Amino acid sequence: MTLASVVAMAMFVGVVVYALFAGADFGSGFYDLTAGFDERGSEIRTLVDSSIGPVWEANHVWLIYILVMWWTGFPTTFAAATTTLFIPLLLALAGIVLRGATFAFRKYSETFAQARLFGAIFAASSVITPFFLGAAAGAIASGRVPAGGYGDLIGSWINPTSMVGGCLAATTCVFLAGVFLTADAARAGSTALAERLRIRTLAVGVATGVVVFAGLYPVAHDAPTLSHGLRTAASPLLALAAVAGAATLALLYRRKYSPARVSAVVAVGSVVTGWGVGQYPWLLVDQVTINDAAGADSTLVGLLIVVGLAGVIVLPALTYLFRLTQQWNRA
Amino acid sequence: MGLGDTFLALASEAGPPGLFPARQQMAVSLGWHIVLACFGVAFPTVIYVMHRRGIVRDDPVALGLAKRWGKVSAVLFAIGAVSGTVLSFEMGLLWPGLMGRFGDVLGLPFAFEGLSFFVEAIFLGIYLYGWDRMPPRRHLAMLIPMGVAGIVGTFCVVSVNAWMNHPAGFAIRDGVVTDINPWRAMFNDGVWFQFLHMWLAAFMVVGLVVSGVYAAGLLRGRTDAHHRLGFTVPFVFGSVAAIAQPIVGHILGMRIADTQPAKLAAFELAETTEGPAPFRLGGLLIDGEVRWALEIPRLGSIIARNSFDRPVPGLDTAPASDWPPVNITHLSFQSMVVIGTLLAAGVVVFWLLRWRGIDLLNNRWFLRFSMIAGPLAILAVELGWVATEVGRQPWTVWQILRTNDAASTNPGLWWSYLGVLVIYLGMTIGAYVVLRSMAKRWRTGETDLPSPYGPPKEETVS
Repeated sequence: MTLASVVAMAMFVGVVVYALFAGADFGSGFYDLTAGFDERGSEIRTLVDSSIGPVWEANHVWLIYILVMWWTGFPTTFAAATTTLFIPLLLALAGIVLRGATFAFRKYSETFAQARLFGAIFAASSVITPFFLGAAAGAIASGRVPAGGYGDLIGSWINPTSMVGGCLAATTCVFLAGVFLTADAARAGSTALAERLRIRTLAVGVATGVVVFAGLYPVAHDAPTLSHGLRTAASPLLALAAVAGAATLALLYRRKYSPARVSAVVAVGSVVTGWGVGQYPWLLVDQVTINDAAGADSTLVGLLIVVGLAGVIVLPALTYLFRLTQQWNRA
Repeated sequence: MGLGDTFLALASEAGPPGLFPARQQMAVSLGWHIVLACFGVAFPTVIYVMHRRGIVRDDPVALGLAKRWGKVSAVLFAIGAVSGTVLSFEMGLLWPGLMGRFGDVLGLPFAFEGLSFFVEAIFLGIYLYGWDRMPPRRHLAMLIPMGVAGIVGTFCVVSVNAWMNHPAGFAIRDGVVTDINPWRAMFNDGVWFQFLHMWLAAFMVVGLVVSGVYAAGLLRGRTDAHHRLGFTVPFVFGSVAAIAQPIVGHILGMRIADTQPAKLAAFELAETTEGPAPFRLGGLLIDGEVRWALEIPRLGSIIARNSFDRPVPGLDTAPASDWPPVNITHLSFQSMVVIGTLLAAGVVVFWLLRWRGIDLLNNRWFLRFSMIAGPLAILAVELGWVATEVGRQPWTVWQILRTNDAASTNPGLWWSYLGVLVIYLGMTIGAYVVLRSMAKRWRTGETDLPSPYGPPKEETVS
């Protein structure tokens, strides 16, 4: 295990956490978007508002963490990715900006018309953003980001693996959000609302499973290196994802919402981790390995110090914040 | 004039296609973000003093103000978090030549900055949720990590900029960056005073903007305790910062003669090296000649070198290919100095008269002045960044990396620049509408407004 691999793992922990936390946030935009205009629509929107409320902004930090770890730990590959994946990254960024700002603005809106405009932008950008991030990941995983940068501006992210990546990111987000929102609604005692969300989430869950496992087929032809990794080292993780995903659907069906949240997180977490393990030891698949991409050792050590400090300072404070918000929600 | 100069510079520049839009996009996003960053850095400390007063003196007015300011800072923090995310993308999208080559030299402070940003976000959440739910003293103490995170965050971000001015912590052998020591890069020679300059600027901006809001209320005849206190506490912060700032700025300026002579030459509009050098107020450099400048003999040496006759380096110390755009640099720098001096003088007059028993809060002209003091402080911050950044050109990393080589060559940059302009305009309007409507609702007596990190309001949203 080299120093570079440890830093890459620390960075990838950020990717998994971002996929889970931000994923649940992004996905709730889908339910907001499809809530409809009547009274029942406002019920879902209120739920989305209160579920996202306390933590939504903290999630950007994970993205910033990933970017900073990337450009500090593996600078040349970062420049290679940003010059090649210019368009999807820019579109994801636009989505993040619009989403964050309109969510805040909606909360303060005075009139219904204002709230509806901000709400529509919020919901639409929530769905679009994970798609482009997933497409960018697909480009890296299928070896379309050349080591020297400035790869194909269009073809790098419009291709089978990127499309699978984009759809996978979007659907897993929606699936996670559905499970969490259903559980929140049930806990708040809104049984009718929980029932409606449960049906939708079940449908989304089936669709997500289809995307994840049917997606393996085009990937096998389009990204042989990744595909080989998925069939070998990452295969236990994919099996775990399949079991946890099926378990989530069964639990939802039986209205066991709290354990369903755990299995949904396990399912999505192992899909994302599976991608990471599948492309190891490549940082940019078929182009640059993690060890070759690494920056100076002294800088990598510095990064690990920051990660350690974050564990000591941030985690206790974050736990305290979660406890405080839970108290509020119960009261 | 500045604008015409920009276009002239554009027409004559033979850089890569991405250079101009990349520069402009970075300038817009940084210039926008810095205002919100000021609030993230300085507002928690101002709120702390107000909140503490409320607890210690059992003052409901102070507590009410602290609570409102907490919510305002949450809105600003949320938007600032978004524009900060934009910036971290832009580092790669716009400047791959810088990040790819020097990412592991300059990246570490960014990692610490991310950490302190995270800390501030979490404690802001705790603070907003903590009202009436935590023991008052402990609740108040939640502002302390926010203030500290503001200091650390400012230091780290400014550290990267100071490194671009004073590159350190690496060597270049045969074109390859080696011997990297990120700690030496982080604690480079320029960082301490540059940090102090920006940290004080943040307090000037927040102190004067917030007090200006209450000055507007006082001007409309709302002369209650709420408005007087809302004016005074931030104004004290703004005053201390405004008085200290010229001193720090002067020390910072004296170093430039040694570290970046071409920048100083542009600041001072000095064509040739002269000693003693005059001070040139205003003026432009046109076809190699200084025009319309008001020259004051010897003052240039006094200001830039702290001496009556030591020479101020002129543009002749550098080849013309290494000159920054002189007129933009000169005018931005001097406008910043003029505004800073005006603000310092304004607050000194206020406190002197108050010491003599005259309260300018009853003076309509003073209230008008303090209404524009905040926007002027913001303008000074922007001009200062323009002066130091444009003044470093054509270098991104001083005498190491040219901006031509740092910028992306992506032809799509014009589109992203356009997109950034539209989105930022929209966010500005949105932020303005939201803050206005909050103020309006507070005035009509609504107290329980929701906020981004705070607990939910007990009503449906749409």
